[in-house]
Amino acid sequence: MSRPEHQAPPEIVYGGDEAAKYTGNSRIAAIQAEMAARAVELLNLPEGYPGYILDVGCGSGLSGEVLEEEGHVWVGFDIAPAMLEVALEQEATGDLFLQDAGQGMAFRPGTFDGCISISVLQWLCNADKTSHHPKARLTRFFSTLYSSLRRGARAIFQFYPENDDQVQLIMGCAVRCGFEGGLVVDYPNSKKAKKFYLCLFAGQEVNGVKQQLPAALGEDEEGEPNETGVQYTSKKRNDSRIRSNKRKPSKDKNWVLKKKEQLRAKGDKTASDSKFTARKRRPKF
Amino acid sequence: MRLITHNMLQCHVKGCNANNFPLELQEVVLEQEEAELNEDFLRNMLGKIEYEALVATCLKLDINDLPAAMPADAAYNDEFLQILHRVILETHIKSGKMVCPNCQHIYAIRDGIPNMLLAEHEV
Repeated sequence: MSRPEHQAPPEIVYGGDEAAKYTGNSRIAAIQAEMAARAVELLNLPEGYPGYILDVGCGSGLSGEVLEEEGHVWVGFDIAPAMLEVALEQEATGDLFLQDAGQGMAFRPGTFDGCISISVLQWLCNADKTSHHPKARLTRFFSTLYSSLRRGARAIFQFYPENDDQVQLIMGCAVRCGFEGGLVVDYPNSKKAKKFYLCLFAGQEVNGVKQQLPAALGEDEEGEPNETGVQYTSKKRNDSRIRSNKRKPSKDKNWVLKKKEQLRAKGDKTASDSKFTARKRRPKF
Repeated sequence: MRLITHNMLQCHVKGCNANNFPLELQEVVLEQEEAELNEDFLRNMLGKIEYEALVATCLKLDINDLPAAMPADAAYNDEFLQILHRVILETHIKSGKMVCPNCQHIYAIRDGIPNMLLAEHEV
């Protein structure tokens, strides 16, 4: 699968048409909403607590809708102006900013009750300009995020790491900025449904209860989560094809021998019969 | 951008660490948009809001509804919560500029979206 972060900087990849396409695609929207819902669940806010939540890389506000449904007030920023325009068209309810996560953020200490981010962190591992140093940008991002979070608040990042080194780099930067926590991998045995969530805690809760890393989904199962989408009928069609393969060929050895006899009677040049006559070729022919 | 979010913003230019809050609003166009009153949310936010800065900002924008000091029983003062809700959650800044009182960096606001991008030498 091609990775969009290899193509161009985010503000160009998600510029113009691509922004509208991204939001208009119901499949992408459904996946984003599902991941956002899982991220909100991992935030572990008390039931019925309307929080002030930061959405890093909010794009067109798909994840914001999930936050809104949960009763939270959200603030989001994104680096792609085209995505923010789409968000405006969709009348996103949160406050939007044009901001580069790698430049840090401008919020007062202790502002947010939590932070979610869907498919963003891997972009910060890129150096799109000569002045970009991924490690410095990640460190600036995490350190400003740490200070803008309330003590004990969580930050949940869904991301697509390219390799283990990226995970190490990102987690190393986060830990150095004071975060605790770790990686939660949902459906680790499934190729499609496998999702990485980086769960970070900005210090321990004030009430003294130690924060535990949440459990991942589908760890013991063989593979995929329960299918909720369209069920395809291709399997049934395959079955009928297998049955038809078992049918006996009507033109068997006897039929070939009879035809050759007829040709010889007519005086045509005909190959002599042998043990190879009308025999099937080896499959590897 | 709602006024509550403006109250949470400070300048993030490199080295601009003191006197960088609140960002001064200039040439502002405001708009009122109705929103549902959520008292629990307001109660949670009371401790986070810098009330003095909020009142000062509002006065500059000719919004004179907020009392000069937060009432002692703010969390359960329905009248106060309603005024606060109208000011911080229903008042949107549509366009204008935010200027850092310390380093004079200008953050432009267009279509309600502030541009917080910094130049390379400011990071």
